[in-house]
Amino acid sequence: MKSRLAFALLVLAVALIAPFGIYPIFLMKALCFALFAVSFNLLLGYAGLLSFGHAAFFGMASYVTGHAMTQWGATPEIAILAGVAVAALMGAGFGYIAIRRQGIYFAMVTLALAQMVYFFCLQAPFTHGEDGIQAIPRGSLFGLVSLDDPRRLYYFVLAVFAIGCWIVWRAVHSPFGQVLRAIRENEPRAISLGYRTRQYKLVAFMLSAALAGLAGGTKALVFQLASLTDVHWHTSGEVVLMTLLGGMGTVLGPIAGAFVVVFIENKFADAGDWVTILQGAIFVIVVLLFRKGLVGEAVDWWQRRKAAAAG
Amino acid sequence: MPPLPVLMGQLLLGLINGAFYAVLSLGLALIFGLLNIVNFAHGALYMMGAFVAWLLLTTLGIGYWPALVITPIVIGLFGMAVERTMLRRLAALDPLYGLLLTFGLALVIEGLFRQRYGVSGQPYPVPSALQGGVNLGYMFLPIYRGFVVVASLVICLATWLAIEKTKLGALLRAATENPPLVRAFGVNVPLMITATYGFGAALAGFAGVLAAPVYSVNPLMGSNIIIVVFAVVVIGGMGSIIGSVLTGFGLGLVEGLTKVFYPEASSTVIFVIMAIVLLIKPAGLFGKAS
Repeated sequence: MKSRLAFALLVLAVALIAPFGIYPIFLMKALCFALFAVSFNLLLGYAGLLSFGHAAFFGMASYVTGHAMTQWGATPEIAILAGVAVAALMGAGFGYIAIRRQGIYFAMVTLALAQMVYFFCLQAPFTHGEDGIQAIPRGSLFGLVSLDDPRRLYYFVLAVFAIGCWIVWRAVHSPFGQVLRAIRENEPRAISLGYRTRQYKLVAFMLSAALAGLAGGTKALVFQLASLTDVHWHTSGEVVLMTLLGGMGTVLGPIAGAFVVVFIENKFADAGDWVTILQGAIFVIVVLLFRKGLVGEAVDWWQRRKAAAAG
Repeated sequence: MPPLPVLMGQLLLGLINGAFYAVLSLGLALIFGLLNIVNFAHGALYMMGAFVAWLLLTTLGIGYWPALVITPIVIGLFGMAVERTMLRRLAALDPLYGLLLTFGLALVIEGLFRQRYGVSGQPYPVPSALQGGVNLGYMFLPIYRGFVVVASLVICLATWLAIEKTKLGALLRAATENPPLVRAFGVNVPLMITATYGFGAALAGFAGVLAAPVYSVNPLMGSNIIIVVFAVVVIGGMGSIIGSVLTGFGLGLVEGLTKVFYPEASSTVIFVIMAIVLLIKPAGLFGKAS
């Protein structure tokens, strides 16, 4: 327990001083995608539901936040909450349809629904089609604190990220989370124990969609841009990759995965298609060689070492 | 009411799209039946088929008709290699891993082709024997487009006959139901799995060659179509071959009609139908309730 507290304090200290050593935009991008991956992992890692359409929530919230900031002159927190609300509503609708099928079909249904959203965004006037919503102002938090300074914005993003992670952590470590895990392990048994598994899955889906929206809305402020890339299936694939690479079903895995993937993207930004090729190759390698992901394998290694030392 | 030639023209275009949906979803259903995975790389294999035909023509001067035979063999062999080296290792695991692996493969393949050939698309000429068209009075029918519809109907029908009426097909159906039992009878099921994946891949390659003269040969053509095909598969249910063929053609026609009457919705109509079908009959139109 003591070592855990020390670890948490260390992480907090690193997070607080990070923008003085590392380019803040990179950190904020990584944090947004990490929150996105954490929200996705709530579904995949704990409820065993692979959504291949999470970009729909991320991207749509990004559009809504951008629209609220540019057209309505909303303050950032209101604009982001508007994005979250829309994402949650969409999550309710999509979830209601998608949870009628399990496993592989669930993945295909969410992918197809997200593609529908993509085509909607391609045609709807408020998204400005190929151009996207550009030059989104960052505004002033509660109308008081300007977020134009990159470091100040970083602390805001960090706070949003922490709130999002805390919500997921609370959900996972609650009776609700226990039921989700029961559904993942054996749904018929959970049903026979009297749980209405559909309702649990629907609530999990909505929560996950809302948090993906939180990540997407925050991202719109960071990049001052909401574009079709955010709703594209490629983005849905990226969040799957982050979670898989980091380790699904672990708390830290998706965060670590997001940082690695965003790092690769920034590092090879000029290499164009090679980034996609590399991402695909990582998918293949992780699935074939270390399915527990970086964090999962590290935890395994640590426990084996401890067991060896004890024995 | 739009003029008749416009309506018929869009219906024909819909029928052609439907032909590709049918052949691709047939391959997906076959692979799913035996390997229990959804082959995300199916679109990439289709795109590779078009590119192999184009490369045969531009580098070796091999024309359409030989390509229609050679390409499915090449793509089929490639698919068999993928099954042997990668998918086989996932056989005992959650089927989601197969989806993730083939998704990664699709990214790699599409990325490599995009890197090499760009996204602008390469033209592929209509074979000389099928150029021109016939005036049917109410519409002008380009011969090649009619050929695409007939060829895919023939290949779907042949596949159906092979599976329903031959000894090998009976073994395949048995292995889909209960692999260990069929193995106990001395049938080499692992070989059958490899061959099935290869055949599904070959079907995708065949569709790719058919598509090359209709659409231009483009690295993105696979990912554009595969998501629609997934929706088609969800609507039809992967249980029956006839079902996936009928659903494929039917949805192509619906898409064509939507283009005439409400063009704004033509790219989303299949997804909307999918949502409605899921609400009414979650197992799909031809699927068995699970």
